Amino acid sequence: MSLLELKNISKIYGELKALDNVNIKVEKGEWVAIMGPSGSGKSTMMNIIGCMDKPSLGEVLLDGVDISKESSKKLTEIRRDKIGLIFQQFHMVNYLTAVENVMVSQYYHSMPDEEEALEALGRVGLRERAKHLPSQLSGGEQQRVCVARALINAPELILADEPTGNLDEANENIVLDLFRQLHREGTTLIVVTHDPEVAEAAQRTIVLEHGRVAREIINENFQE
Amino acid sequence: MKFRKLPFRNLTKKPGRTAMLTVLVMILSFAMFAGAATIFSLRNGMKSLEARLGADVIVVPVSAKSKVNLDEMLLQGTVGYFYMDSDVLEKVREIDGVEKASAQTFLATLRADCCSIPVQVIGIDPDTDFTVQPWIAQSYGKPLETYDLIVGSKVGTEIGSTLRIYQQDCQVVGRLDSTGTGMDTAVYTTMDTMHLLLEAAQGLGHDLKITGDPDEVISAVYIKVKDDSSAVSVNNYINVHIRKVESVQTKNMLTTVSDGMAGASSAMTILIGGIWVLTFLLIIAAFCMIIRERRLEFAVLRMLGASRRMLSGMIFTETAAICVLGSVLGILLACAVVFPFGGLIEEKLGLPFLQPGAGMCILLAAGTFLGVLLTGTVASMWTANRLSHVDASKILREGN
Repeated sequence: MSLLELKNISKIYGELKALDNVNIKVEKGEWVAIMGPSGSGKSTMMNIIGCMDKPSLGEVLLDGVDISKESSKKLTEIRRDKIGLIFQQFHMVNYLTAVENVMVSQYYHSMPDEEEALEALGRVGLRERAKHLPSQLSGGEQQRVCVARALINAPELILADEPTGNLDEANENIVLDLFRQLHREGTTLIVVTHDPEVAEAAQRTIVLEHGRVAREIINENFQE
Repeated sequence: MKFRKLPFRNLTKKPGRTAMLTVLVMILSFAMFAGAATIFSLRNGMKSLEARLGADVIVVPVSAKSKVNLDEMLLQGTVGYFYMDSDVLEKVREIDGVEKASAQTFLATLRADCCSIPVQVIGIDPDTDFTVQPWIAQSYGKPLETYDLIVGSKVGTEIGSTLRIYQQDCQVVGRLDSTGTGMDTAVYTTMDTMHLLLEAAQGLGHDLKITGDPDEVISAVYIKVKDDSSAVSVNNYINVHIRKVESVQTKNMLTTVSDGMAGASSAMTILIGGIWVLTFLLIIAAFCMIIRERRLEFAVLRMLGASRRMLSGMIFTETAAICVLGSVLGILLACAVVFPFGGLIEEKLGLPFLQPGAGMCILLAAGTFLGVLLTGTVASMWTANRLSHVDASKILREGN
C-alpha cells in the first residue's frame, strides 16, 4: 500500500487552477523529489501533502485514509503525528536553544525528552551545539537542527521545501547525506526543490508544470 | 526546560516588550485603583460628615460670618472663635419642633509661647451633646474630668501626653477615629474646662472679644429637629425671633459639599474611563505590533503541531502574567500615592476625605486586579482570534 496517494487533486483559486487534476503515488520508504518552475504548483502541493491546506477537488490518501475532507484541527493532529516538515528558511524559535527547538516538537507531539532530543542532534552532528541559540548557529547548522526537529517524533513522512535553498555547497552535501541516511533507515522523503542536483539525489523526480504533472523521472544513478 | 513555562521564557527573552506591556497595564491598574480609592474616600468622608454633624440646624452669632467661613471651619478645620450669650441655648430649646439642642464653645490656640500646638479647642456639654459625645463615648468610654482632652485623629500628640493650652496643662486621654473632616484637627473638652481655658486666655491678654463673664458665653448651638417638624421652619423662626444670631441649615452646607463631591467623583470616573479606554487601545495596539513581530513564531509552532487552542492558551498565559505583574505594581504604586498623600488630596479637593478601611482596600484591589485581567483577557482573545486567521503555510514559505 502506498504511504501517500493524491487522486485527481485540483486546487482552484477563483479562475486560477494552482493544481489541475494531479495524480501521484509515493510508496513507503521512497525518496521523491518534486521539481518545477515558479507557479507550477509545487508550494500548493507541499501545503496539501503537509496538511496545511485542503484540495478543492480530489482525494488525499495518507496511509490509506482520505484526509482531504478533514477539519483543520484533525489536519493539525495528522501533521503533528505523521509528518516532519523542513523549510528553506529553517524557522527555528529564536528564543529557544537548539535542543529546546527540538523538544518543542516533542512537546506538541507527546512528551519532551531532553536526552532523546540530544540524540537527535547527535545524529545531525550538533550535540555539542545543543545549548546554542539560533543566532549563534550558521545557516547549515540551523537547517540540521530543523532536520533533527523533523525527525524527533519518528514521522512516517519527511516533507522538505527547498531544504538546501539557503545553504552553501558543503552544507548542502551534509543535509543530503542526512537524507540518504534517513532513506536507508526506511523514512519516506518528499523534497520540493528547483535544484537539479538535489532532485538527482532522490529515487524519482516528479516535474510539475502549470499545475499538472508534466513528467516523472526515475533516477537510474540513485545511490543508497 | 518545562514547556509549560514556554510563555514565560518568551517574556524573559524580550524584556523590552515585556516591560512596555507591563508599564501599560501598570498605568491602567494605577488609574483604576487610585481613582476608585479616591472616590470611595470622598463618599466615606461625606457619610462621616453627615454622621458626625448630626445636627439639622446650627446657630452662631451673627458676627461669626465676618470672622470665619463656617463651612471651612467645620470641613477643613480652619481655626476660629466667636461668642454669644449662653441664654441663646435656652431660647432655642423653647422653640416648638426642637428635639435636642446643645451648645459648643470654641477657642483657637494660636500663640506658640502659650500653647504646645495651634489647634481648635471645642468645649461640649457631655450631658446634652449629641454630635461629638457619642463618638467620644465610643473612643474613650469614661466621663471627661477637668483639663481632660480628647484629640482628633490628625492632632499630632500621644494619648497620655500633656498639651499646654494658654499655660494650662491639659491631659490627652483619648483620640477620635478619623472622620475626614475638620473635626480631625480639633481637640474636645468639657464646658467646665473650656471656661477655665477662656479665663486663662483672657488672663494672658488674649482678646477674645468676650463682653461679660466667660462662663456665660457659647459659640454655637447644635439643634436636632423633631421628626415631625421642619428644619426650615426652625431655622426661619430663629433668624426672625432671636436677635444677634444666625441660623444655618446643615443640609445646605452639606449640599455644597455633596455637589462638590459629586463633581469630583464624576470627573474622577470620566478620567478613569478615559485612561481605561486609552490604555486598552494602547494594549491592543501593542498586541497588534506583537502579532506582526511574532506571526512567524506562531506559524512555526502551528507547523510543529500546536493547535489554535494551545496558541491561544500560550497568549493568554503571557497576557495573564503581564496583567498580574502590572496590576500588582500599579496597585502598590497607587497605595504609595493615595494613602500617604490623602491629606494633600483632601486639602486640594477641599472636600471631606476618609480613606477606606483595609477590607474595602482589599476589595478595591481585587476589583482592579479582575478588571485588568479582564482587559488582558479581551486583548489576548482578540490577539488569538487575529492569529487564527493567519495563514501559517504562507508565512513559513515567505519567511515573514
